Amino acid sequence: MHPFTYICPSDVATAVGSFTEDLADQPLSTQFIAGGTNLLDLMKQNVARPTKLVDINRLPLASITELPNGGLRLGALVTNADTAYHPLIQERYPLLSQTILAGASAQLRNMATNGGNLFQRTRCYYFYDTSAACNKREPGSGCGAIKGYNRVCGILGTIDHDPKTTCIATNPSDMSVALAALEAVVCVTGPQGERTIPIADFHRLPGDSPQYDNTLQAGELVTAIDLPPQGFANHYTYLKLRDRTSYAFALVSVAVGVMMDNNQIQEVRIALGGVAHKPWRKREAEALLIGQSADQPTIYQSVAEALLEGAKGYGYNTFKIELAKRAVVRALGIVFQQNQ
Amino acid sequence: MISNMPLTPLPPSSITLTINGKAHTLDLAPWTTLLDALREYAHLTGTKKGCDHGQCGACTALIDGKRINTCLTLAIMHEGHQITTIEGLEDEPDKLHPMQQAFIDHDAFQCGYCTPGQICSAIGMLNEGHAKTEADIRELMSGNICRCGAYPHIVDAIHDVMHQTH
Amino acid sequence: MAKLKNIIAKGMVSATAVVAKVLPAPEEDPLLNAGQYIGKPYPRIDGRLKVMGKAVYSAEHALEGIVYATLVHSSIAKGKITLINCEKAEKLPGVLKVITYQNVPPLKAPSNAFVVSMTDPLAGSSTTLPIMQSNEITWNGQAVAVVVAETPELANYAASLIEVAYETKPAALLLKAEKSHAFTPDHVVSQPAEVKTGDAEAALSAAPIQVDEIYETPIENHNAMEPHATIAYWPNESQLTVYDSTQYAVGVQETLAEIFNLKPKQIRVLTDFVGGSFGSKVTMWQHVPLAAVAAKLTGRPVKLALSREGVNRMVGGRTMTEQRVALGVATDGKLTALIHTGYTMCTQDTYAEQFSLVARHMYASPNLHIAQKVVPLDRIQNTFMRAPGETPGMFALESAIDELAHKLKMDPIELRLRNEPDEDPVEKMPFSSRFLKETYTLGIDKFGWKAQQAPPGSVREGDWLIGSGMATSYYPVQQLPMPVKARITADGMVTVRTSSVEIGVGLATVQTQHIAERFGVHYEQARFDQGDTDLPSARTAGGSAATAAIGGAIRNAADKLTKELLLLAGRIKTSPLQGANPAEVVMRDSGLFLKAQPDVGQTYREILKASDKLFIEADGESPAPTLAMKFSMASYGTHFCEVGVHMHTRQVKIRRFVSTYDCGRIINPKTARSQIIGGIIMGIGMALMEESNVDEHTGRLMNPTLGEYHVPVHADIPPIEVYFLDQPDPLMPMGVKPVGEIGIVGAAAAIANAVFQATGTRVRNLPITVDKLL
Ligand SMILES: Cc1cc2nc3c(=O)[nH]c(=O)nc-3n(C[C@H](O)[C@H](O)[C@H](O)COP(=O)(O)OP(=O)(O)OC[C@H]3O[C@@H](n4cnc5c(N)ncnc54)[C@H](O)[C@@H]3O)c2cc1C
Ligand code: SF4
Ligand code: FES
Ligand code: FES
Repeated sequence: MHPFTYICPSDVATAVGSFTEDLADQPLSTQFIAGGTNLLDLMKQNVARPTKLVDINRLPLASITELPNGGLRLGALVTNADTAYHPLIQERYPLLSQTILAGASAQLRNMATNGGNLFQRTRCYYFYDTSAACNKREPGSGCGAIKGYNRVCGILGTIDHDPKTTCIATNPSDMSVALAALEAVVCVTGPQGERTIPIADFHRLPGDSPQYDNTLQAGELVTAIDLPPQGFANHYTYLKLRDRTSYAFALVSVAVGVMMDNNQIQEVRIALGGVAHKPWRKREAEALLIGQSADQPTIYQSVAEALLEGAKGYGYNTFKIELAKRAVVRALGIVFQQNQ
Repeated sequence: MISNMPLTPLPPSSITLTINGKAHTLDLAPWTTLLDALREYAHLTGTKKGCDHGQCGACTALIDGKRINTCLTLAIMHEGHQITTIEGLEDEPDKLHPMQQAFIDHDAFQCGYCTPGQICSAIGMLNEGHAKTEADIRELMSGNICRCGAYPHIVDAIHDVMHQTH
Repeated sequence: MAKLKNIIAKGMVSATAVVAKVLPAPEEDPLLNAGQYIGKPYPRIDGRLKVMGKAVYSAEHALEGIVYATLVHSSIAKGKITLINCEKAEKLPGVLKVITYQNVPPLKAPSNAFVVSMTDPLAGSSTTLPIMQSNEITWNGQAVAVVVAETPELANYAASLIEVAYETKPAALLLKAEKSHAFTPDHVVSQPAEVKTGDAEAALSAAPIQVDEIYETPIENHNAMEPHATIAYWPNESQLTVYDSTQYAVGVQETLAEIFNLKPKQIRVLTDFVGGSFGSKVTMWQHVPLAAVAAKLTGRPVKLALSREGVNRMVGGRTMTEQRVALGVATDGKLTALIHTGYTMCTQDTYAEQFSLVARHMYASPNLHIAQKVVPLDRIQNTFMRAPGETPGMFALESAIDELAHKLKMDPIELRLRNEPDEDPVEKMPFSSRFLKETYTLGIDKFGWKAQQAPPGSVREGDWLIGSGMATSYYPVQQLPMPVKARITADGMVTVRTSSVEIGVGLATVQTQHIAERFGVHYEQARFDQGDTDLPSARTAGGSAATAAIGGAIRNAADKLTKELLLLAGRIKTSPLQGANPAEVVMRDSGLFLKAQPDVGQTYREILKASDKLFIEADGESPAPTLAMKFSMASYGTHFCEVGVHMHTRQVKIRRFVSTYDCGRIINPKTARSQIIGGIIMGIGMALMEESNVDEHTGRLMNPTLGEYHVPVHADIPPIEVYFLDQPDPLMPMGVKPVGEIGIVGAAAAIANAVFQATGTRVRNLPITVDKLL
């Protein structure tokens, strides 16, 4: 770990105002720290080397409140555990609760915050190993994963045409997958004031700058995540496939939320995790189910094919294409209770 | 890439941590994790380091009654918190907490290295109150790895205590 | 098989029978069926300390003025350091020293590697590689610098500032690619690398039913929960004290003596508690001498606690294997050909992990070909990992047997029974005890095994495909010398001391029970001290051999003390033991009593008091390892398991596990059960998830972490039932046979066989991850 200075302000304005200029060779030289479970992990690996930490744990962002539109506002500092077990979440957004509880461990969920979870960085093995080439960690250095051990890497939205920008990493967050399905909105305060960002626009694909995971500007603070009123509390599931039963990141995961009216599908959300640089959604795929009756498993396969269209494997991770399809089929099956 | 001039670490400053009900004033720089503060500075080595990256649970302790991985948090972030480690589970010295006794009774360990973390985690889990079945215990204890493979006996021990207290 | 036997028999395998004839008949241990303390589920002696967080592991000794060392690891597999720049690190206030090949003092490379010459007491080192003596790099992860600083944080930071440039040479990294360089090792743990009976290939082609497949197992790492740690300090120029997480304190002592050109007496190695080993702490790895060097150069006590990543870069794991098993069988299910051959990796120190040993002892076949080769790779030295050899070997053999049973449409247990040998198939010696069939019978009952199984892939519960599988388990008796010192004091206490180390297997508890039983004293009056090289020199606690070896030494010491007590009693005028000889007395009720007249005798206290002695003491030696020259000796067992595999997404869920064992007499059913369960759980890990992922281009281990090297967690583990036959082996001290490692052997095969039964898909390369079942 590299040395840093530490401050712990108690209001948002001071926190946001305490950002210092990035060093030329070192972006993100000032960083917020919330639960610390991702940032300290990366700092110990010398992947993150902030020179100043702004501890945001004293900011008044640790509550869950009702929104006038019937939705809920999740404070950025509410822990993942408190969110998952919150009675309103369990009642109205059980998909989110189930998803959070499928991630990490009980201890980590007690520490991890909703805000921090949005920012967790990829688990690509080469990103974590400072002796390896990695365009995300060190722009322009190459991508160790593309010809290496890339089992955990992505199959959708990957960029691989230019060795200097190639990145096939995934976003490892479970929570973000559910948030994508729920179409949550991220509330941000920054040096330029407040703004809201739909979750779909919060994370980004690598493009030619894989070093950026999201669309925030330096110094912007996530204050809350707003959940829209529709929580798909009657028909939902989060299916997470991994190398062991618990305490492992997803190889592939699927969040599904469905609204039914008299056995007819009104609305569907399907988001995939573990496959891309951001939670993966495709409206055309979801549309195949709209207006259909619930008991048509034959359509599930077409939905899966549509969702995975254009998927590309890189060797060790090629199986994810087939696995993701099967996961979609199974998840839809669970939601429509065809089979458990 | 490394900046040309290495940064000089900040001098330590005096930090007071409340560990097992006792105030410990330690000279710590901001970069000291709570785990290292316990083990290397407060010389309370009951809390173990198995990975230092949140991946094993050996460093589990209770902060205001909640279980966390002490390796992934800074000591400086815990001034004013009640920190409870394996050394402080009982008020009376040398008297065992029921969970500790249950671990002995069920032979819920071999090498013992994961054990303090398992015990603190189990107590934290019971505080949380979400475990109802053995399957729940297994899922909610999955953040504590035991390479000796004492899992079935650990679950038995926790199950026992759960039923004693409920 | 028994390593020491092999040393004696090395190069004269054919002479075994001759030697055996002149050996004295083994004498049965009178405690074979004793049951006052032996056989009782005593709680672990060190349990209280462990649950209170008061058990002190190696990194946890607080020494005045201690400083911290961190390693920098190479990032190439082979080549040379061309530049190493430590300036930035050295400039930091609080950094005491940066050690590289450029300024390290000369250190003698260990002359022997333990894995190669297992019987040389000097060979405690994992490798013979020089320790940081040049710019040469021989594996990816090798230590290239040691940074010593006042705090652990500073040492880690300073380490990250060290810049190293390399000249890379082409490295041999993949077993498959390098097979053209394979060679036959001199021996496989002192056994011949190749064994042939009849013409197995011809018999195979002639057989009406055959299985001929390749099975692969990946590199695995032990990942014991306690990362290796060493604290070293030099009280003066010529004395070194080391707290080390080792299973083999004497090996570390002897090896450090060689490296630093000291006498073993000048070095003290202390180990109170070891947080798991599984083979990783049997031999000494290079961080230990590096800690000692750092202590020497800084004049301070140095703590070098490896990070998890550091452990996996500095401590070798289990080799990958590629094994061919070919079986030919007549329609009656009798084997006509058994071929088990294949490859493992090696380095400059050739340790051929003994996967081919199991096939020498399990099944009768008139035609056998068993052989293994090694492929030199530019990787970290491979080493012992829980049941080395048997574990990967049994996966291949027992998978193949299952494949054969399916081809024959025969119950796999029936197939095994038809091929159960009457004597050791290769050594042609009788078994000392082999209750394998009985473990089948017990398992069939406890598991509810059905001889008739539905066709593979046909049993469903909802969306889950269900299947059961079984496999056999085996672990040889290894007779190692583990001397002890036993002392009876005037207060009636009996204390036995050894330098052997408790690694969490319950050795201290079990031996305390044994001491109480052997000397006829209360459990509270029996004491077992260990883990200090100032105590009698003991071999490593590996090989599941400690219980029997130390047990035998204690018996020997007890016999000597009986004589000594009788001698003293003979001098006491009033002693009722006057004139009695050792055969006429027993140790019980804290004294010696006449067998013929149970009321007549004297307590230890009385004898010592009357003789004006504070204590009497005797050295105990383990029995000479000659038994295994006459008998084939091993533990046996059977695993049964039921799995569910999701029909779409193919996750494997183990639903239940039942294992039945012939491990001789069980001294402590509680700790023995824990040992077996631990082995099974590691077997579950091996079957389903464990794999060290090495980058094919750089040779770098990419998952040196517990997050990415998956080991089982609580949620992976089904209910596990373990049953012991508890039949004493008549030739072993207390009737015991190995318990420590057998649990893992065959477990992965049982799971693979169950997965096949569930899905119809045979996975021959571990681990069985979802991608292999899609
Ligand atoms: C062993 C292990 C296993 C895990 N398994 C899973 C898993 O299975 N599934 C899963 O989803 N996650 C998993 N995680 C990741 C975990 O969920 C994240 O580390 C956690 O959610 C991050 O939250 P935090 O509050 O600790 O963030 P921190 O570590 O404090 O911060 C992370 C980043 O977010 C920034 N940040 C934090 N809060 C804000 C804010 N309000 N505004 C702006 N920036 C902010 C910080 O500057 C930092 O860069 C695992 C982690 C570990 C260590
Ligand atoms: S996939 Fe992305 S994160 Fe991984 S090595 Fe390549 S550039 Fe780095
Ligand atoms: S040491 Fe903290 S989780 Fe492993
Ligand atoms: S008891 Fe050894 S790791 Fe759990």
